[in-house]
Amino acid sequence: MSFDQFLQYIVSGITNGSIYALTALGFTLIYNATDIINFAQGEFVMLGGLTAVSLHRLGLPLPVAFCGAVLIVMLVGIIFELLAIRPLLKASVLAQIIVTIGASLAFRTFAMIFWGRDSLPLPAFSGETPIKIFGARMTPQSLWVMGLTLVIVVALQLFYRRTLAGKAVRACSVNPEAARLMGISYSRVVLISFAVSAAISAAGGVLITPSSFMGYGSGAMIGLKGFAAAILGGLGSPIGAVLGGLALGVLESLAVGVVSAGYKDAVAFLILLAVLFVRPQGLMGQRPVEKV
Amino acid sequence: MNGGRLLTFARRHSAFAMFAVVALGAPIFLNNAYYLSVLAFTATRLMISLGLNLLMGQAGQISLGHAAFVGIGAYGSAIMTTRWHMDPWLAMALAACIAAFAAVIIGIPTLKLKGHYLALATLGVGEIVFILLVQTKSLTNGTDGLTGIPALAVGGLRFTQYNPRAFHLLVWGVALVMLLISLNLSDSRVGRSLKGLHRSEVAARSLGVDTAFHKVQIFVVSAVFASIAGSFYAYYVQYISPDSFTLTFSVLLVTGVVIGGLGSVWGAVWGTLLVALLPEYLRQYDDYTNLVFGILVIVIMIFLPTGMIGVPALLGKWRRGISGGGRPSSGAAMTEGTGTADGGTV
Amino acid sequence: MHRKNVVIVVAVLAALGLLWMVGCGGGETTTTTAAPTTETTAVATTDTTAPAGPSGDPILIGAVVSATGPASPLGEPERAVLAMMETQINDAGGVLGRPVQIIIEDDQSNPKEAVTATQKLIQQDKVVALIGCTTSGATLAIKPITAEAGIPQLAMAASNAITDEPPMDWIWRTPQKDALAAARALKYVAETLGVTKIAVLHDENAFGASGAAEIAKSAPGLGLEIVATESYKTDDTDVTAQLTKIKGANPEALIVWGTNPGPAVAAKNLKQLGMEIPYIGSHGIANKAFIDLAGDAAEGVVFPAGKLLAVESITDPAQKAVVSQFVAAFEAATGGKPNTFAGHAFDALALLVNAINTAQSTDAAAIQSALNATTGFPGTGGIFNYSSTDHDGLSVDDMIMIKIEGGAWVWAK
Repeated sequence: MSFDQFLQYIVSGITNGSIYALTALGFTLIYNATDIINFAQGEFVMLGGLTAVSLHRLGLPLPVAFCGAVLIVMLVGIIFELLAIRPLLKASVLAQIIVTIGASLAFRTFAMIFWGRDSLPLPAFSGETPIKIFGARMTPQSLWVMGLTLVIVVALQLFYRRTLAGKAVRACSVNPEAARLMGISYSRVVLISFAVSAAISAAGGVLITPSSFMGYGSGAMIGLKGFAAAILGGLGSPIGAVLGGLALGVLESLAVGVVSAGYKDAVAFLILLAVLFVRPQGLMGQRPVEKV
Repeated sequence: MNGGRLLTFARRHSAFAMFAVVALGAPIFLNNAYYLSVLAFTATRLMISLGLNLLMGQAGQISLGHAAFVGIGAYGSAIMTTRWHMDPWLAMALAACIAAFAAVIIGIPTLKLKGHYLALATLGVGEIVFILLVQTKSLTNGTDGLTGIPALAVGGLRFTQYNPRAFHLLVWGVALVMLLISLNLSDSRVGRSLKGLHRSEVAARSLGVDTAFHKVQIFVVSAVFASIAGSFYAYYVQYISPDSFTLTFSVLLVTGVVIGGLGSVWGAVWGTLLVALLPEYLRQYDDYTNLVFGILVIVIMIFLPTGMIGVPALLGKWRRGISGGGRPSSGAAMTEGTGTADGGTV
Repeated sequence: MHRKNVVIVVAVLAALGLLWMVGCGGGETTTTTAAPTTETTAVATTDTTAPAGPSGDPILIGAVVSATGPASPLGEPERAVLAMMETQINDAGGVLGRPVQIIIEDDQSNPKEAVTATQKLIQQDKVVALIGCTTSGATLAIKPITAEAGIPQLAMAASNAITDEPPMDWIWRTPQKDALAAARALKYVAETLGVTKIAVLHDENAFGASGAAEIAKSAPGLGLEIVATESYKTDDTDVTAQLTKIKGANPEALIVWGTNPGPAVAAKNLKQLGMEIPYIGSHGIANKAFIDLAGDAAEGVVFPAGKLLAVESITDPAQKAVVSQFVAAFEAATGGKPNTFAGHAFDALALLVNAINTAQSTDAAAIQSALNATTGFPGTGGIFNYSSTDHDGLSVDDMIMIKIEGGAWVWAK
């Protein structure tokens, strides 16, 4: 492997890793408030991208389409939470997870009916002239994705650590009963978490559509990788989610170079499993304290 | 006294007996290869779900990669019969052994993980197996799949799609045996220690129960059930390809078990029937099939958070006219599922 | 507790039985034509509006397509075409004076579903012939079923195994075999481009893997050396890693074998990495979607396709007439241009109807003989010549190379 190739693998890995990171952040947000793994997270990404495509087709300029898509999918997230998650907030986590599985299927089928079976494109946000980094090349679109990831993770970290509202959310995940006793509206926290999570994923979806296109089934793999990234980084930690996402992206890329593309996912998963066996709580997760 | 014990035995297993009679007697009324083919697939799904239910409901673990074991059974049988011309029955048994062995190897490190981490680890295992099925072309023929898989036969009687009644009796017979095993396991010493494990692993360990061993043990049983189901699938369709053993399938299996009612063997039965038969019924909606199915899943879970076995309780609640309340509180619902499964034929 | 279970068991089984009988009440199903983009008749009853319309018992033809799932971009046009043709045929008087009813089932891109769907079509609907499937996997899964039932099957999938491996008596295919498309592409690379070192990037699905295997088999014979082979998953968002690895092997041309969106992503990535080698695609990108997705990166891409895409290249007047008429009808019905997959469905039904007309019967054995005796039949894929040993019908000459120039298809001679 030449140095140029190695560098390109890293650059490509970080590009892909950013979208995994964004999706992982979405998972983290919802998990932190509710303990749920939202199987429909990938579908939020997909809906974001496809909604932007529709809005753009209607003639709206890209920035407007971007905001519009984010808002619309945020609304979808809110409605979803109200209709499907809220009734089950007092039920088992597993029931809620099954609901997200049903939702993922429903969203995907809706997208298939509404947007058709083909993948759809968006024009690049700032052109397609590749940016050269020593021997590697990256598209400007990737910078958008990486930029968004950075902004969001910093914002989330500040939110959780520095603001009262953020601490309230963390309190909810630790002990919803106690949080409620302290006057925190648990259901409001969950609603906001879903809304913001959907928005973040939708934003990511819009940003990757120009280079990777978006089809009704695209959310499945992105959701899977995002979940893996969230676990790798340690569920509940935004920085962990990003680290996990980037690590996963780079691992996959290097696996293509070192092994072969066919086995890249297998290699990535094997390494992920190895990490979990050594550190069962993920890279930055809290060691779970089991109440006996 | 003896008569009393016999009566108890009959009553305990009366639900099972009735179900068995209906299941085995179905071909008399449904003498249509299409219906019988749907039921054949349902039987294999039931086998897998029973195993998954033991793992998830009784032992409190989760597996999002069970399609892998189904694949091991299917491909193991297919490869051994087509490439090495082994007898199909023997191949099925050997494939089950391979699945058991794989379950041990995978289970020991993986089952140390908890909750969502375990979910992802099993998902990862499922993906790795899928990738292996696709990539090891010399063995599995990759995405082209394996054709010409022979059918199971006893003497001159062949169990194939074209002899659907015979196949139906065979595959449902085996499924019913597994159902009986699951029902009895639930109530046995092993079953009770599993339930103890589920409720509190720490407590169980402090009582001297070797939790790691038990978890792997039940993982192996669920893998063997899945493998046998996979073998039947291969011998029935007589063609397999990796497309049939995807993550989507694993997720669907888990959905069926949870919708039925976690921790309850009968719950697994109802859940499987729902998830296997409902899509056939929904076929008439063409494109909208999965949309309707997805929404139905959501609706069922909202009204029956403990699964379909919660129906009697729900009906009872309506009958008694209790307003509001009555919903299980957070955290307890998981164990509520096993709460109703306190022995007997539940 | 136990009695409760007994009651539950009885109740559930009774409910299921009732539901089953109501929902799937024996006989005709409701999943007939449901092409989403056509507003034309979706219900194929035995009546038509033409005064001298077909009458009598409908001729039931079954179809299994991947209307949903990963293969749906291929299966959906097929379904649209079958629906369109059903209306056309019935408006023109039906077949043998009887109306035609095409019962279309969706296999969800899953071989197992194809099996159930086929059983339903054969056992419940009692179709006289079956068109299916979209994917090679599903086709191979149902091939033994149609063979056992003695029902003619017309496949729309490309894998060699469909007609190379037994049972082969009851199945014919309409797309060019994988081997043909690969051979045509390689011929172009070796003769027109004149290079020797090639790299192959293929989708890991059946389509891509099969093509890659064919290329590997045929390349040495044409003096071509494959210096690198890489694969990608159908919904991979980026293949720069694969292309980087390929770059290291210094190929002179890149062959990309897959269906959208993969090849479009590859085209963009190729441009991004500044790799200026010729891009040769497969017939999987013989559709407008590739150009829409790849944009500027599609310029200069070459791929093999049926002559459907460049009608001016058709020399046979009969074929030209058929293709022009098909394109016009498809555009009128759906508003878009047909791609090769739509063409496969058209050919399948056209050949079947032709066979029934020739045999003057819907008896399976008669259809079989008629199909085997079909020669010189003009279709969108080419001129079909079947025989009792050749159920593929097409040859390398039925394919041409198309180049994308200025966002449009140009015949690359």
